[in-house]
Amino acid sequence: MIETHTLDNGLTILTNEIHHAPVVSHWIWYRVGSRNEHPGKTGISHWVEHMQFKGTEKYPLNVLDAEISKVGGMWNAMTYLDWTTYYETLPADKLEIAIDLEADRMINSFFDPKETELERTVVISEREGNENEPLFRLSEAMRRSAFSHHPYAHEVIGEMDDLRSMTRDDLYTHYQNYYTPSNAVIAVAGDFSTDNLIERIENRYAAIPFKKVQQHPIAPEVQIEQTQNVLIEGPGDTLFLEIAYRAPAAGDSDFIPLMVLDSLLCGPSSLSMVGGGSVSNKTSRLYQRLVEKDLVMSISGGLQTTIDPYLYSILIIASPGQDTSQIISAVDEEISDIWRNAISDEEIDRAKKQARALFAYGSESITNQAFWMGYSAMFDQPTWFENYLENITRVNRKQIHTVAQKYLQPNHRVVGIYQPTGNNNHE
Amino acid sequence: MNKKTKFSQIPGSDSIQQFQLDNGIQVLTFENYNADTVYVIGVLANNGGNEDPKGKTGLAHFTANLLSRGTKKISFNAFHDQIEAAGANLSFSCSSRNTWFRGKALAEDTDLIFRLAADGVRNPAFEEVYVERLRRQLLAGLALRDQDTSEVASLLFDQQLFQDHPYALPVDGFIDTIKSISRDDILGFHHTYFSPRDLIIIVSGAITSRNVEELTRQYFADWQSDRIIALPQQTIPPAPTTINRKHRYLDGKSQSDIILGSFGPARTSDDYLPAVIGNNILGQFGLMGRIGRSVRTESGLAYFASSSVSAWDDAGTWDVSAGVNPENTAKAIDLIRLEIKKFISEEVTPEELSNTRSHLVGRMPMALETNAGIANAILTMHRFGLGLDYYRRYNDLIYAISPQDIRSVAQKYLHPDKLVIASAGPGEDIS
Repeated sequence: MIETHTLDNGLTILTNEIHHAPVVSHWIWYRVGSRNEHPGKTGISHWVEHMQFKGTEKYPLNVLDAEISKVGGMWNAMTYLDWTTYYETLPADKLEIAIDLEADRMINSFFDPKETELERTVVISEREGNENEPLFRLSEAMRRSAFSHHPYAHEVIGEMDDLRSMTRDDLYTHYQNYYTPSNAVIAVAGDFSTDNLIERIENRYAAIPFKKVQQHPIAPEVQIEQTQNVLIEGPGDTLFLEIAYRAPAAGDSDFIPLMVLDSLLCGPSSLSMVGGGSVSNKTSRLYQRLVEKDLVMSISGGLQTTIDPYLYSILIIASPGQDTSQIISAVDEEISDIWRNAISDEEIDRAKKQARALFAYGSESITNQAFWMGYSAMFDQPTWFENYLENITRVNRKQIHTVAQKYLQPNHRVVGIYQPTGNNNHE
Repeated sequence: MNKKTKFSQIPGSDSIQQFQLDNGIQVLTFENYNADTVYVIGVLANNGGNEDPKGKTGLAHFTANLLSRGTKKISFNAFHDQIEAAGANLSFSCSSRNTWFRGKALAEDTDLIFRLAADGVRNPAFEEVYVERLRRQLLAGLALRDQDTSEVASLLFDQQLFQDHPYALPVDGFIDTIKSISRDDILGFHHTYFSPRDLIIIVSGAITSRNVEELTRQYFADWQSDRIIALPQQTIPPAPTTINRKHRYLDGKSQSDIILGSFGPARTSDDYLPAVIGNNILGQFGLMGRIGRSVRTESGLAYFASSSVSAWDDAGTWDVSAGVNPENTAKAIDLIRLEIKKFISEEVTPEELSNTRSHLVGRMPMALETNAGIANAILTMHRFGLGLDYYRRYNDLIYAISPQDIRSVAQKYLHPDKLVIASAGPGEDIS
């Protein structure tokens, strides 16, 4: 059962005791991601995440990661649109290391100038690795078209020019503003006793005072005003086509019905970012319509849980030379079929069973259990996760019709094409 | 550990149930009621890419991928309708030595996994329309692979290291060979290599062993085959004796992927655990071990730079991979070779060894957390003859390995001047 505690300094702690293995997973989430970035400083949240591994006085460089690893722990960090998170999954009797380390680096990271410069080239290298992928290039161009002013317009990794020009002080200022108890959520799942855990966390964080985060107002973007086309050309023998519509925020009552609609169109997706299993999509409407009719090679849908309205994307991979307008027409016909015709109960029930199965697979892992609690708190309430299955079960056919008509409109979308120019590689 | 813990998760000879059908199929099961799910692995041995005839590279892979595309009893759509309606997953795949099925479902749907896995393996229809559709999908996958710097570097590495051995060839084939495979080739491959004698099934999940046995009998007991396949002896070539440097130019890339290394121990070798521990120190521990520290942390040259040991029952590789800006490729290779030189000349420190030992032992409960993790662990113990109490002995095995053991194994397999070094990305070919 999930319990919530809030300390005087604003730190939220979510706990879920699970005793089937001597394992705990400790996550700390900060409400800062690319959503909180401005032109000239894009990628700053992600770079700050990298700097959090560069050491504090207590946990110097190379000691910090070793502390977790040497007890057998798994650790990592992720930066995304709305949040940055750090996790450690480790033997239950070693939880103290995670509590102490995270409390320490919430306020004591050095941001040493020399280390900042070394990390600049590491982050640039990470971006260059992304640039090797045609889909990254397409995605980056599409997001610029899909948002006129919202920071979701740029990729989490940031613009190359910004990565070259940002300074150590920019990074440190960003860190000092957002890394504070009132902007953080700790989520712990696994083998511990809640009372004891809360006491330990409270003791460790009590000395860090409350501080208000300086927030810049971010106006959500609602509708994509008109169809926009993005064309990228590049090497290769594969055509990529992405159709992106504005999606509701995760907290919006339309979000869960849109998830079910995505499941009908493109097959079910797990929302977890730490594995847990998948279900294939060969009976989904668009697979049947496009892949089984030999128009394309594969299709998939993508819906993100975000604070502000983001995008719902349909991604298609096809052979070069395939007529993209024919593919787009087929997608539109399938969507208009949903607008016009009744959806069977059987199809909706299938989507619900798939969601239940994916949820059960995810619950096998303690890391996943802890992930879900904190993740939900980043875009809504932790209860979003607890109510997820029940809310899926309540979705009815009228809601699916409504969201299909409201969001999947051909005049309000971005259509992106990566057109392959052939293969100039050496054989 | 908390007092409430009921940890009985480390599978062992007293908790793994085994039985064998008359037709040779072996089954190992582990009951786990922590979640209401099951995970099923089927391995068909002697049935992988190594068996591809010359000029037909990718045939085993092509065949395996057709097993879920309609059977003599059930159409493609009905097959996936049943799986997807249950929120289950059943996939068929192929490696160099084996064909696999892996199924995951709510425990209430275990019957479905057994029924369709058996049908797929035993009665595939290989309908022309699905052969051709899959061919197009495979070709699309190969077109993507051929643009991927990491995949191209890895292929180049395998080709240079394994030379004439089938491990040099990609299991998913080449564009030309996939185009040349006929439906008759596929029927022939299935007829020749699919046999119950070679099938091992592993199940972990919320289901009794008795129930698993009943399902196995129901769907597999009447599968008979008398075929005995004489597999050709395939010799692993000698290790490189000099630096063998290759680079493949790929258009429009920002970064090169590098992979360098040589052979490593087989999974059944006594050298395996010393290599795993040594490798952890070399390029895994913390932020990618000594190599990560040198190439990423201290030089800022790469986002990733790490080492890995891969091992099968007859061979293995020990390699380092990194993604770097083309300007830094030579520098990164030099740093990695320097680390290899240090690694084989000096013993690892007591602190490094102590950290890595506790790391490997400490992470085991996490590896055995899910039904997939447990099933894979049971399969590893069984396939490589490690004994079903291997993971219970793991702690002692790890602590028995000394710095001298690690150095002598490192010296046996690695040398900074005897490496295949393959890369792909910007810059002129080196051939």
